[in-house]
Amino acid sequence: MDLLQTLKVAFRALRTNKMRSFLTMLGIIIGIAAVIAMMAVGSGAREVISQQIASIGSNIILVLPGSTTSGGLRSGSGGVQTLTSDDAKAIGSELPSVEAAAPSIRSSGQAVYGNMNWSTIIWGTSPEFFDIREWKTGSGRSITRQDNDGASKVCLIGETVAENLFGSSDPIGKTVRLKKIPFTVIGVLERKGQSPQGQDQDDAIYVPIRTAQRKLVGSQFPNTVGSIMVKARSSAQLEQAEEEIKSLLNQRHRIVQGKEPDFSIRNLSEMLAVAEQSSKAMSLLLGAVASISLIVGGIGIMNIMLVSVTERTREIGIRMAIGAARNDILMQFMTEAVLLTLLGGFIGILLGSAGATIVSSFLGWPTLISIASITVAFFFSGAVGIFFGFYPARKAAGLNPIDALRYE
Amino acid sequence: MGIKREKILAQWEDRSDMADVISINDIHRFFVIGNQQFEALKGITFAVAEGEFVAIMGASGSGKSTCMNILGCLDRPTRGRYLLDGTDVGEMSADQLARIRNRKLGFVFQGFNLLPRTSALENVELPLVYAGVTSRERKIRAEAALEKVGLAGKERNHTSQLSGGQQQRVAIARALVNNPSVILADEPTGNLDSRTSDEIMALFTTLNSQGITIIMVTHEHDVAAYAGREITFRDGIIIGDSRRAPASYGE
Repeated sequence: MDLLQTLKVAFRALRTNKMRSFLTMLGIIIGIAAVIAMMAVGSGAREVISQQIASIGSNIILVLPGSTTSGGLRSGSGGVQTLTSDDAKAIGSELPSVEAAAPSIRSSGQAVYGNMNWSTIIWGTSPEFFDIREWKTGSGRSITRQDNDGASKVCLIGETVAENLFGSSDPIGKTVRLKKIPFTVIGVLERKGQSPQGQDQDDAIYVPIRTAQRKLVGSQFPNTVGSIMVKARSSAQLEQAEEEIKSLLNQRHRIVQGKEPDFSIRNLSEMLAVAEQSSKAMSLLLGAVASISLIVGGIGIMNIMLVSVTERTREIGIRMAIGAARNDILMQFMTEAVLLTLLGGFIGILLGSAGATIVSSFLGWPTLISIASITVAFFFSGAVGIFFGFYPARKAAGLNPIDALRYE
Repeated sequence: MGIKREKILAQWEDRSDMADVISINDIHRFFVIGNQQFEALKGITFAVAEGEFVAIMGASGSGKSTCMNILGCLDRPTRGRYLLDGTDVGEMSADQLARIRNRKLGFVFQGFNLLPRTSALENVELPLVYAGVTSRERKIRAEAALEKVGLAGKERNHTSQLSGGQQQRVAIARALVNNPSVILADEPTGNLDSRTSDEIMALFTTLNSQGITIIMVTHEHDVAAYAGREITFRDGIIIGDSRRAPASYGE
């Protein structure tokens, strides 16, 4: 029996019981739709995470002050301000694997403009910082070397700060008071969105680091910085850059072999790995849920195929008497089951894609429907048909023609 | 296309050999029901020559249906030899038997046993489908078979749109279409009224006069009267085997 004829017979059998075929398919439709929608939402989420990570900037190493031990008492990380602006300058200029280094110092305080005020984070940093973070100025200009050297009272503000202090008016050239000191707004940074930790990166004000060291942070060591952000020349050079920074700082801080360093180095790509792992775990969970629904759908198919075999026992008998081999009968019922699941899979793919699109447009979640997920869903639905159709089909093929012919 | 059609039909009509089509020798068939063994056939021996029209008679339980199932290669004898067209079918596998049923036998049943929701033409084409015949040849041969049983013009009708007599004609066309060695008819008139029965028997007689071998099970004497030979079963053995001039139809 040729394939075309087998398909024709299978189609006719499904058409005879339209409602039943549809209800049977429903299990597969829901399962496949769930797989497609979940994969779309999952890969959309992963896309967002990697975008967020990219928003920090790529190939970034963070140097933080370490702990010190004094009289057997160890302070926590960052307990002492051991890093200085000069360290940052040395890292930026002396190391071959480093493209740029920017020191930064953090302070929080109230920003006041006219009768508006807003509590935010004030960062003191150098011009290189914005190159490292790949952060452009939306309007106005960025902080320059001259601003830094002259410890000018100028600031760059984030979008969130601009909205809260200035509303719709143009902030550039206006004077904001930070910790009661007037600063001129020279520019507004482009919107950056949330950091991977969920912080609003646009809720910040940036001033030249010198200005911050002298006017805003009441430190006893005026040259110290809170952290140094370093950009390696390429991702391949990240590890090498880390090593170079370590040996340079050891040398500068006179840390001899065996002594605990007073700084620590963190690689931001580790964060990416963590985020990726959690999204993988999520996909796995969703996949498990979808698989269960497909198995349940498959059992539904098997059930209906068994009913169908019983109902059509006489037809099977006729076909056998007329010369159908067992294989012909087996193929006929397998084709029917696979057709059922493939059809269900096809509808499920359409429905799942539609669902994902609706979710993304209503809830603002990004979704990504990949060819790979559609292919996987399609083959999986076919496999469900083969797996759950085999037992009923074998039962049909194993019937005794005499009994089948006499079946009422 | 015309030439091809002639060729196909010529092959279909060709029946050159005239030997014994069926030869069974000392056939036994046991059934085990629960703990009891029941012998349905207790040593049946007969042969049917090419072109014969045989009626198998007997009360229910006489073993005639069991014998028919064995003749139809739907069942295998427990003991004994069955030669169909000179081939021993006793040792064949289930799939080989399916092939024999497809190529050498045509079945006509009491309940017609046509596929529902399927056109007459498709029903007749069915044995050819399993024989692997191409769709064009299937159509030509199935149309010719339907024409032969007087159903030209009814090809597209679904079986539910046909009368009982017409359905049985479709079944006969289906039995004929693969050019079988024998047509096996199991109570072919059992579900028909007497007038339609006569028509069907007339058709069988016509087919037989064209050289087709027919073996028919019946328990009605007036139906058996159309056959040229009557074999009578009782309790698993043959108690009568007589030849006579067949009654002409319309009596």
